[in-house]
Amino acid sequence: MGRSSALDPLPSTIAGTVDSTSHDSQSPLLEVRRLTSSYIDGGMRLTALADISFTLNDEEFVAVIGPSGSGKSTLLDIIAGLIAPDSGTVSLAGEVLTAERRLGRSAYMRQRDLLLPWRTALDNAALALEARGMPRRQARVAAAERLDAFGLSAFAHAYPAQLSGGMRQRVALARTALAANRLFLLDEPFGALDALTRIEMQSWWLDLWERDRGAVLLVTHDVDEAIFMADRVLVLTPRPGRLCWTESIALPRPRTRAMVTDPLFIAHKEALLAALGLIAS
Amino acid sequence: MTSPPETISSPGSEPSVQHVIEARSDRSLASSQDGARASEAVSWSSARQMGSRWGAPILLAAGAISIWEIAVRLNATPPWLLPTPTLIAETIWTDRALLLDHAVVTLTEVLLGFLVAVVAGVLLAAVITGSPVIDRALYPLIIASQTVPIPALSPLLLIWLGYGLAPKVIVTALVAFFPIVVNTVDGLRSTDREIIDLLRSLGASRWTRFRLAHIPSALPSLFTGAKVAVAISVIGAVFGELVGAKAGLGYLLVRSTAQFQTPRVFAVVVMLALLGILLFSLVAIAERLLLPWRRFVTR
Repeated sequence: MGRSSALDPLPSTIAGTVDSTSHDSQSPLLEVRRLTSSYIDGGMRLTALADISFTLNDEEFVAVIGPSGSGKSTLLDIIAGLIAPDSGTVSLAGEVLTAERRLGRSAYMRQRDLLLPWRTALDNAALALEARGMPRRQARVAAAERLDAFGLSAFAHAYPAQLSGGMRQRVALARTALAANRLFLLDEPFGALDALTRIEMQSWWLDLWERDRGAVLLVTHDVDEAIFMADRVLVLTPRPGRLCWTESIALPRPRTRAMVTDPLFIAHKEALLAALGLIAS
Repeated sequence: MTSPPETISSPGSEPSVQHVIEARSDRSLASSQDGARASEAVSWSSARQMGSRWGAPILLAAGAISIWEIAVRLNATPPWLLPTPTLIAETIWTDRALLLDHAVVTLTEVLLGFLVAVVAGVLLAAVITGSPVIDRALYPLIIASQTVPIPALSPLLLIWLGYGLAPKVIVTALVAFFPIVVNTVDGLRSTDREIIDLLRSLGASRWTRFRLAHIPSALPSLFTGAKVAVAISVIGAVFGELVGAKAGLGYLLVRSTAQFQTPRVFAVVVMLALLGILLFSLVAIAERLLLPWRRFVTR
């Protein structure tokens, strides 16, 4: 199982087109500058994000927390290139890119697992490779090699409808990892799971990440999850979402479950709950 | 080493998908019995389901046919007015060569017409969903075209194209085409928006998105349309033959009626019904083979 890392880059044939490794080491992997975004709802123009700026370096794990409606998901949609912001820029590896050109440059995962019901677990994982034009057979072979590391080999030929919620989410994470980009955008990937499975999946994903890093931007509304997993936690205000607090997490890596009772963890939690306005500061 | 956090599978023992299905459908069953016995129980119950599904209609049909047989015999109704079911069966057997020859002609017309309808219908559906302009211009016309009773075009086609295969294939294709277009358009449009977003974020081109998401999610609807289409295809072909033909079950029907060979008319009707059932079953089997995942989703 430990022979190959789950997140190591793909053969140059695919990785080359993504250009994920050859960026200038001086510039951050992701830089968001003065991002503002709005949408029309019921004839009214509502601002989802207001003047958001931050950077994300390679091998860094940053969590974004905020109440519902603070535009967290919009932020990820913009970075992934699915929607264009009203104003502001997004740079990948030091290069300002339009939304269109950001497509295919990140590994984006939403809360819903979005597995294709007509594909087996293996073929769903391989989707990330096929989407960028790799032939089916080749994608399948490449995905099969990695499925082991995800603890999914025994379920490779099961359809999503035959899998439990945790397993489905794991297939979706495998697909995300196979996207072979350095930049991971995770939108509440564990949100739909029960509490115990959720804790297991957090540790499991951290284990995978420890091996080959990459940059992770995790959107969550779970303060504990943010502290447990991230190096830095960004706090957004209710709509319009503004960046109101940044908490650097001083807990050492690798993180262990026991740390959640560490006084340092509690101190971070107090600061973040205060930033969210949930307790008096 | 990453140890799988899920406890569904324990290392060493072969974890099977079957376990997961059972755990989802019936927890107490999965925990109290071993996998083999549980799956045996599943196949048993599906056999019983088949029995109760087909038992009632077969009994009902057998009852109706028996009453028909007895009533005709008691009344001494002449065969040219209403033959007994046994006489019809006898006619099918003695005329089997004749019936098969004409059935092959009709089957050829149906298959060709259906094939044309599937190809044209799927292509049109793809164009309609792909282009808003074509959608607005063409789709209303296609729907309006259904107010034209298509079999009524058969005489025209006869005038233009004669007594051969072509006019029957065209009528069949015209009849079968509509359910395929409408269902395929619905299927293509029902594709999950978020799945499309996922593929875009992965860098998939428009064609790749169509191939990986739109087409597979339209297939179940396409098959629904195809099942309707194949059943009415037989009607289309027979109508074409009724108007004017040199061979085919519809032609045999007209000829036998004119000669008051009523048992043979019934034999032809039975053959047509069997043809319809056969074609429908073939499409249904193709659906099961091509969409194996549906079995797990629809239940």
